[in-house]
Amino acid sequence: MIYSVIQFAYIIATALFIFSLHWMKDPKTARHGVFAGIAAMTVAIVSTLLEPGIVNWEWISVAIVLGFIVGVPLSKVPLTAVPQRTALSHAFGGLAAGLVGTAKYYLWLETPADLTIFRMIAIIAEIILGFLTFTGSLMAAGKLQEIKWIPQRPVTYRGQNIINLGLLGIAMIGGIAVIVNPVQYAFIFPVIIVLALLFGVLLVIPIGGADMPTVISLLNSYAGLSAVAMGFVLDNKLLVTAGALDGSSGLILSIIMCKAMNRSFTNVLFGAFGQVQAVKAGSETRTVKQETSEGAAQILEQASKVVIVPGYGMAVAQAQYRIRELYDLLTKQGVDVKFAIHPVAGRMPGHMNVLLAEAKIPYEQLVEMDDINSDMPQVDVVIVVGANDVVNPAARSDKTSPIFGMPIIDADKAKMCFAIKRSMNPGFAGIENDLYFAERTFMLFGDAKAVIGELVKELSASQAS
Amino acid sequence: MNVLKSFFLHYNKILFVTLGYFIFISDIAFAEGEATHSEPDYIALLFVFMLSTFIGLGVVTRVSRLLHTPLMSLTNAISAIAVVGSLILTGMDHPDYITILGAIALFASMTNIVSGFMITDRMLKMFKSKETKKS
Repeated sequence: MIYSVIQFAYIIATALFIFSLHWMKDPKTARHGVFAGIAAMTVAIVSTLLEPGIVNWEWISVAIVLGFIVGVPLSKVPLTAVPQRTALSHAFGGLAAGLVGTAKYYLWLETPADLTIFRMIAIIAEIILGFLTFTGSLMAAGKLQEIKWIPQRPVTYRGQNIINLGLLGIAMIGGIAVIVNPVQYAFIFPVIIVLALLFGVLLVIPIGGADMPTVISLLNSYAGLSAVAMGFVLDNKLLVTAGALDGSSGLILSIIMCKAMNRSFTNVLFGAFGQVQAVKAGSETRTVKQETSEGAAQILEQASKVVIVPGYGMAVAQAQYRIRELYDLLTKQGVDVKFAIHPVAGRMPGHMNVLLAEAKIPYEQLVEMDDINSDMPQVDVVIVVGANDVVNPAARSDKTSPIFGMPIIDADKAKMCFAIKRSMNPGFAGIENDLYFAERTFMLFGDAKAVIGELVKELSASQAS
Repeated sequence: MNVLKSFFLHYNKILFVTLGYFIFISDIAFAEGEATHSEPDYIALLFVFMLSTFIGLGVVTRVSRLLHTPLMSLTNAISAIAVVGSLILTGMDHPDYITILGAIALFASMTNIVSGFMITDRMLKMFKSKETKKS
């Protein structure tokens, strides 16, 4: 009886989870999605506690209280730190899956008849996915947080892919041995855990900042799949459905990210993008044209259509509030201001949207790359704020460029382009940006926040007079 | 990709109903066998996995691109459904080291649930349209 009640509650929870994602289709209904998710989770937890045989209430309450104590501050981080937080929570998800799988294995080892082949396959999948997600996401979070002893730059060495794949291969072979004979080869089990932990670290070490959106999405998918594997181990359908929802969401996001960079999964994970380009940078010197903020402000006043292209540099400089002031001033003058968002701008999917929304820019003004490119020739001024590779016309024209074929925002097709940049140092992977040398491009050198602040000052001064 | 998309748009609801029905039927059917420690009904589990993956793909392709960051923190919280497994593991009368592993897993999942839902809501509150701003 109680079993049927619990399972029925799980069905309701699954339905609520699906609605939760469904409501995310529109910013207007999205907050319902959160409530549906919370309701589903509450139903799931409460009904699980009805399970007969639960006795360790002290342990449960301590763990839950600690979860709240750590979880609440983690939800209050500044929005620029959201990528790190997300990576960290993937790590927690992977850890939970890995630990439950490990515990279940050792529990069943005492009654080996329970270790059926299906369960063993599920346990091995769960611990490999769980533990590699754990260390991989911790590394990603460390890189994003710019912790000192974790290298930000991609770390590459000879034979890296062979070592990585070899490690995974050994873990898999060990896994098969344990699956075939779980009792006799029990000593291999901890080895698999160590290999999975190591593989997670090595997988993320060669990843640079610009690839982070893809890697975070992929780890998101792994975290979901490890929950699915846990569902197989525990014979629990709610774990399978909710995990599959997370897994497919991560998969779709990674596909979108890969497409937006014109690269494949294997290329992102094993491509080691970072090192190759250093030779090419600086081989020729071309001159750029500079503009003062005064001049730029005058040009902006004459414009009727302005597009702002934000990138990770905007997040670093915390320039989104100044951009908001600029947006207000220009809109007041009747200028049409839009924001062109490249899917991989920033360090995680949708990163720029959240930062601009935080600065209270209405979301109608945030336009996807594909929708804005056809309008570009009619745009009077494009302002590039801290974006680099996503506006590099070499992606369209220069076949030798490593980013050739990547879809970009056609900032060079606008009537005029201002690029705000701290210096002429090339960005990620040292690819020179042809946009800066284009005839209609003018550079505004300086910190993004300061430069836009000056523009705002100039514009409001002339508006007042 | 577009063909796939339109497929999901139309068949989403059908898949959803099928999934619910399937879980329900299989649970009634297998409720009796649960007491023994025999092999779980893995065909039913794989079925559920397959269907819910398709539903997931269908629902997520329609999520607004504006909301990809909140989407990721929401699915983070959803995949913290591992809390169910951790609860069972921690709660049952097992040897101490199992309980401790379970409690750590429970703590990790609980952290994800709390921070995941809270930060998603915090971000979504910021997405304002032009009309709501005036009022």
